[in-house]
Amino acid sequence: MSAPLIPISGLAVSNRQEMGKNLAKGGCSSSSCGSSAGPADMDPETWAKVKDHPCYSEEAHHYFARMHVAVSPACNIQCNYCNRKYDCANESRPGVVSERLTPEQAARKVLAVAAEVPQLSVLGIAGPGDAAYDWRKTKATFDLVSQRLPDIKLCLSSNGLALPDHIDEIVAMNIDHVTITINAIDPEIGAQIVPWIFYERKRRTGVEAATILRDRQLQALEMLHERGVLVKVNSVLIPGINDDHLIEVNKAVKARGAFLHNIMPLISDPAHGTHFGLTGQRGPTAAELKKVQDACAGGANLMRHCRQCRADAVGLLGEDRGQDFTLDKLPEEIEDAPEAREAYRAWVAEERKDRQAAAGLAEQAAAAAEAPTLFAVCTRGSGRINLHFGKATEFQIYEADADGISFVGHRRADNYCLGGYGDAERMDEIIKVLDDVPYVLCQMIGNGPRKRLADAGIEAIDSLGEEYIETAIASILQSRRAHRDQAAQGA
Amino acid sequence: MSFRIVESNCTACGACEFECPNAAISYTGGTFVIDPDKCTECAGQYENPQCAEVCPVPETCIPV
Ligand code: SF4
Ligand code: SF4
Repeated sequence: MSAPLIPISGLAVSNRQEMGKNLAKGGCSSSSCGSSAGPADMDPETWAKVKDHPCYSEEAHHYFARMHVAVSPACNIQCNYCNRKYDCANESRPGVVSERLTPEQAARKVLAVAAEVPQLSVLGIAGPGDAAYDWRKTKATFDLVSQRLPDIKLCLSSNGLALPDHIDEIVAMNIDHVTITINAIDPEIGAQIVPWIFYERKRRTGVEAATILRDRQLQALEMLHERGVLVKVNSVLIPGINDDHLIEVNKAVKARGAFLHNIMPLISDPAHGTHFGLTGQRGPTAAELKKVQDACAGGANLMRHCRQCRADAVGLLGEDRGQDFTLDKLPEEIEDAPEAREAYRAWVAEERKDRQAAAGLAEQAAAAAEAPTLFAVCTRGSGRINLHFGKATEFQIYEADADGISFVGHRRADNYCLGGYGDAERMDEIIKVLDDVPYVLCQMIGNGPRKRLADAGIEAIDSLGEEYIETAIASILQSRRAHRDQAAQGA
Repeated sequence: MSFRIVESNCTACGACEFECPNAAISYTGGTFVIDPDKCTECAGQYENPQCAEVCPVPETCIPV
């Protein structure tokens, strides 16, 4: 099995520092952030629910792993970005068919992962298909898993159409997070994204379909919110169709209690055979995505760390170990290792306090009003700069401004839709995605790439390896300021 | 009077099995098939054959 997240043996280490080192070594691959909200700007009850959930909390994604199993292939709507022959292109990675599992097989797989990966805190059921429509399989899977692994949180994703029918069961089963994909509030716009739905025994199309879907989605959101279930809303940003409209969506879902709004880019390629792919509908650029996310800031908390992981993804965000746990690789007998997860969680609690204190200090240092500056960070988790530039498949983007230092998104440097990049092309791609970012922070970088970046006006800094991200950014800002002051005096 | 599934189009999502009011559809031999003895084309039950209504792939659940 390749690069375990952290070997179980790593949990026997005597202190926190050592464990942190082991963790970095173990290749607990990239992390990245959920809601940029931390404990400070969330009510305590919500924070308690999301703090160990890597998809929902920007902070948790640095430490915890989630896994998805694909058990519910049937769907009750058609989306123009989906080709059902493959996985749903936006809820999961395009073009790769997930392993389809029966509930019993899925439960075995979860047990195997839990025994091996102490970071595991969440089991999700998303696509392909709709977890709420194919409900019997979703429920059977959750029931089997919660009997054996009561400490694992359960969550599901749905288009919302069938959700209102299952609210009581969702509450009874202790599913405390639900994601609803809502791409439009205005049915005229919705009809351009969803050509048909199957509802009450009939296929319905156009504005009628979009209206029913919208009403059921908002109803589900309200009902879940009322019952204390956290609801995240996903929206796929489709340039020219719903880009301006997503602000309305943001307001509408916030008003009904959504705790997070995740705006993700359309992934579109003719090779996927989707309607949008075939009609040449393009996805947004990183800058377009950020613009819409910025415009929505202040509404429902935005989530900027979503990596659109595959439906059967296993691992920390941005990492997929799913291939290590395909059915044929599962052991016959699976022994759970709950102590390892407990020990890991205890370690994280301590580490978090440390990191928070460091970030707090760093923010104070950075607070002197600055023009907003972006930093691209190479990290494999734990909130530190601990990844070699050449190994980074994505960058975490941090913004420093008068309000402090905050995570604003991640940008991929490996275009998995096209794949097969050579090194030169990879650098072209990196320089393109980092167009508006003057600094790259990494553990190490070769001279060739450093020069290519410099030629593009990007400074690579590898002298701050192993520092907490916020601390490193603060020290760069400080030295930049000192430098400027000196220059001013000299002049 | 029966429907059938065009195997080469089918994604094996199982939605049709789920919706068929007569339990005529089953996953047999690695693919979804309609039992012609059980299929009524949904006559008298629903306006349109349920399998064809829900199937995500056009021209996949069709009359024999
Ligand atoms: S036409 Fe109706 S009865 Fe026949 S297989 Fe389809 S859903 Fe079942
Ligand atoms: S609904 Fe269509 S694609 Fe899905 S299993 Fe039935 S025939 Fe196959």
